[in-house]
Parts: sequence; C-alpha cells; structure tokens
Amino acid sequence: MTAMLTPVVVRTLRSRTGWAIKDTWVITCRDLTHWRQQPGAVIANTLVFPVMIVLMFGYLLGGAMTVPGGGDYRDFLMPGMFAMTMVFGLGATMSAVSADAARGVTDRFRTMPMAAPAVIAGRAAADMLNSAAALAVLTGCGFLVGWHPHRGAVLTIAALGLLLLLRFAFVWAGVYLGLRFYPNPEAVTAVRTLEFPVGFLGNPFVAVSTMPAWLGVIAAWNPLSSTVTAARQLFGDPTGAGSSWINSHAVIMAVAWPLLIAAVFFSLSLHRYRHLSR
Amino acid sequence: MENLAIACAGLRKRFGETMALAGLDLAVPQGGVHGLLGPNGAGKTTTIRVLSTLLRADSGDAQVAGFDVHRQASQVRARIGFAGQHAAVDEILSGRQNLVMFGRLCHLPTRAARRRADELLDQFALAEAGAKPVRQYSGGMRRRLDLAASFIVAPRVLFLDEPTAGLDPRGRHEVWQTIRALAATGTTVLLTTQYLDEADQLASKVTVIGAGRVVAEGTPDELKSLVGGDRIDVTLREAGDLVRAAAVLQTQLGAGVRLDHDGLALSLQVTDRLVALTQLIRALEQEDITAEDIAVRRPTLDEAFLHLTGKQPALAEVTTP
Repeated sequence: MTAMLTPVVVRTLRSRTGWAIKDTWVITCRDLTHWRQQPGAVIANTLVFPVMIVLMFGYLLGGAMTVPGGGDYRDFLMPGMFAMTMVFGLGATMSAVSADAARGVTDRFRTMPMAAPAVIAGRAAADMLNSAAALAVLTGCGFLVGWHPHRGAVLTIAALGLLLLLRFAFVWAGVYLGLRFYPNPEAVTAVRTLEFPVGFLGNPFVAVSTMPAWLGVIAAWNPLSSTVTAARQLFGDPTGAGSSWINSHAVIMAVAWPLLIAAVFFSLSLHRYRHLSR
Repeated sequence: MENLAIACAGLRKRFGETMALAGLDLAVPQGGVHGLLGPNGAGKTTTIRVLSTLLRADSGDAQVAGFDVHRQASQVRARIGFAGQHAAVDEILSGRQNLVMFGRLCHLPTRAARRRADELLDQFALAEAGAKPVRQYSGGMRRRLDLAASFIVAPRVLFLDEPTAGLDPRGRHEVWQTIRALAATGTTVLLTTQYLDEADQLASKVTVIGAGRVVAEGTPDELKSLVGGDRIDVTLREAGDLVRAAAVLQTQLGAGVRLDHDGLALSLQVTDRLVALTQLIRALEQEDITAEDIAVRRPTLDEAFLHLTGKQPALAEVTTP
C-alpha cells in the first residue's frame, strides 16, 4: 500500500514521440490480442465472406460475364475482390471504434497521460496488419481458382501495396465514422450495408464501359476504381478499361485518392477524438 | 488554492439549448470522499467530464491537483483516475490483460505493469478471476476492475461517475468498501451519485447541484438539518384509522403530516420532538387510535435532497458556509 501513496508521474526525458510510438504499440497489441482470443470471429468476418464472393462471382455468375477487350473473367475479378476486401474493412474498423467509444473505453484512454493520436493510430496499425493477412489469404485463394500475377514480383508487390494504401484510407474513414456515429449502433449497420453498393458503383465486378454513360463516369471516378484498374495493370490482368483520362492515370490516382482520403479523415478523426463528448 | 484537490469557479457549459453548467463553483479539499449530488440533468456528469479533461467548459476556471484542466491537461491526466458510468474495460481481454495494458499506457515498464496488475487483482478481490475474459464477470466484478484500472498509478484525485449504478445490493456493498479503501490511501475521491444513502455512507462532504449550479454544500448531517426539525414516524394498527389520525395530528400538533403509500404509516415534521411526542401520544389516546410503532428520527438525506432540489428555495438561505 505504501507504493500507492506516491504520486508517480511517469514522464521520463524520452521524447514525446517515443511515448507516442510505444502507446500506439500497446493499443495495437491489444487489438491483436482480440484475434487471439476470438480467432473464429476474425476468420468469419475478414476471410470467409470475400472467399465466398470469389466463388460466387467466379463460378456462378462468371460464365455470363465477358470482359470488354477480352480476357478471362476470373483474372479480371480477383483484383476487384482484393479491393472489395479493403472496402469491407471500413465497417470492421468503424464498429470496433464505435464499440470502444460507446462503452467508455475511449473516455478512459482520453483521461490517461498517453499520446492522443496513439489510440486511433494503434487501431489503424492493427487493422492494417489484419488486412495484410486477409489479403495474403485471398491471394492464395486466387491461386486456387487459377489466377496469378503475370508481370513479376516487383509490380505484384506494388499492386498489393496500392491495395493496402486503399485500406489505409478506409481505416481513417472508419475511425472517423466510428467516433462520429458511435451513439447510434444502427449507423454501423448502415455503413456495412452501403459497402456493397459502393463496390458495385465501381469496377470491381464489371467494367464501367458496360454501364450507362453517366453512371460509368461516376463509377470510373470512384476512388475504388482507380485502385482496381491500377492493380489489374500491375498484375497484368485484363482491365476492361477504356482510354479516358481517369483510366489512363489509374496508378497515379490509386496513390492520390487514398492519400487525400487518409489526410482528410486523419485530421477529422484526431479532432473528433480530442473533442469526443456525449 | 494550494491545498485544494479540486477548485473551480464560474464553470459554464451549454449543449445547444440546454445549459448544463450555469456558473458552477466547487472547492474540494485534499483527502476524503466528496459527494456530488443532484437529480438527473443537474450537471453532475458534465462537471466530472470537465474536471477529468474530457470536455472543455465554455467559460470559467477549473483546477485539479493544482493544474488547469484545459491548459495543463496532460499534467492533470497524470494525476487523476477516472471511472465513468459504464465499466470502461475491454470485454474480450482478461482482467489481468486489461490492467497490464492500462499499466503500460501509464508508462510503467512491462514487468512493473504486470506486477502492479497482480497487486491490484489481489487488492480488489479479483485474483481468482484474473485470467478470465471480462465478459464472464458479474456487474460488481466489472466495476471493481474498472476502479482498479483507474488506480494503477495511485491518483491524487479520483473521479467516479455513479460508481454503483446498476449494481445489485451486494455489488454496491463491495464497491463501497473498495472506494473507502481507496480514499484511505490519501486519494481525494469526487463521486457523483443519485443514491442518497450512498453519499450518506461514503461522503464526508456533499455538494448538491441543481440546474448546473450549487444549491447547497455541507456534511450529510448539515444538509439534513437544513430541512429543519425531526421526524416522527407512526405506524397504526388499523388502516381505517389513518385519515382520522392524520387530521387529528395535523390540528393538534400543527405539524406537516405525510401519509405513506402502504396505508398504515404517517410521518410528521416537528420542531421539538419531546413535546411533540407527548402531544402525539395523548392525542392518539383521546381518539382511541392504537399505534403499532412510534419512532423519532432525524430527516434522511432523501428528504433534504427533495427539499433542496424540489422546491428550489432561495439559494443564499440554504448554502452553509
């Protein structure tokens, strides 16, 4: 009991950055421990669903699909599915963040002498690791249905990097939405429901040239579409894309869009975290 | 100011149309348990959230452990513990994992965080459940874990927002014991509650707030005496006598009589309890009404609370120094 009488101010001379990184790591470990405790939930949420969609679209609907400009539909589909998995992560991030906020766990963190960005940065890091693992499994699943990259290791890694960059943008969007809408659990459901339409309003499943012209323009400018087209190019898969500006600058836009989204939502999230109130 | 654990002056906070804090002043000396009492919407939680750096007041000053809650928030955070209305612990992790995590976020080295977690599990009677995931805990256990988490680095000031809300009597009792033990180590505890017996049990001093400002302040006994006079509770043998008894006592004693719901008991507010008791017994005898039980008591904090927050008497009159 005597130890408890001493008010310990645990600040050393180490830089604040050092603590921020350590705090972030503690939070990341916490989120990773969740997987260890509940492996079933993680597998069901992040892996079973995308694999199911691959099988559904690849084999059940795939026969009726043709790719403009030619090419195998399953080769066309796989990069789209990789990107969709990144999109599905949005709801996962959002629901984890809003559960913490609703249960008061976030408030506890905010009253502790820890670095403010560490809580959301830790969540982001854990979700990125989770997504990297999901992407690896889905890539393996792609090999099983006969898909494989055609243009060598470097471009393949570049394509996977662009996919994870998209996830990085959605992590911050998810953090912000979670902090913004946590008092309404139905908001998480709403966002999860909207993930699919957002995917369909892009090119993961079909080429935008098959849509009515005006809808095709919207779908082409969907940030998701740039990543998908860029990944198809880098994997050497059929792109089914025309020669419009947005299509011919897919790789640049697959970098620009996510960075823009991440920057905007990172700032919004940090502000929201600091001013969270009920 | 030096030896005040909490000092705030003129705190104001508005949420849209609602004035949550309307110029709240509070001075809490170091040590002991200080109760913050008030009806729903009085501003208790807002006060706690401002003081624990979670919420920024629109205007006014607030210092905790000698530091400004807004300008020196990180110094304040290093010296406070906070437990909100819900047990803010990770449901999936075990109790021990929770405490180790919070310990590391308090910047204890990993080994020290583990040692501290074990100490706290012992101290809060959770050692056996330490390895179990928190979602298997009872309400009282969760709340104790929550308190343990707010006590990793012995805080100078501990904020507890309705720490026993939603607990069964046994759980409440366990949490009360824990809070007493924490206060005994020298930590100043500021606790909000709607349960007046809780304030009566725990708090050495109570601040009653209503509509975002202080209505009264004092020890629980001082607050009770603000209501004025003692109470005589009479339980009758025959329910049929109740209305007649009430009328007789009202006229003969000139006292305020309150009937109880179960139809057998009435309660009188009196100034001189011995005189009133003699009159009361004589009056009942004359009317041939049999009493089952007669008890003389001081007013409860409940009555003081209703008196203070219900009728809103003139503020200056009821505020004791």
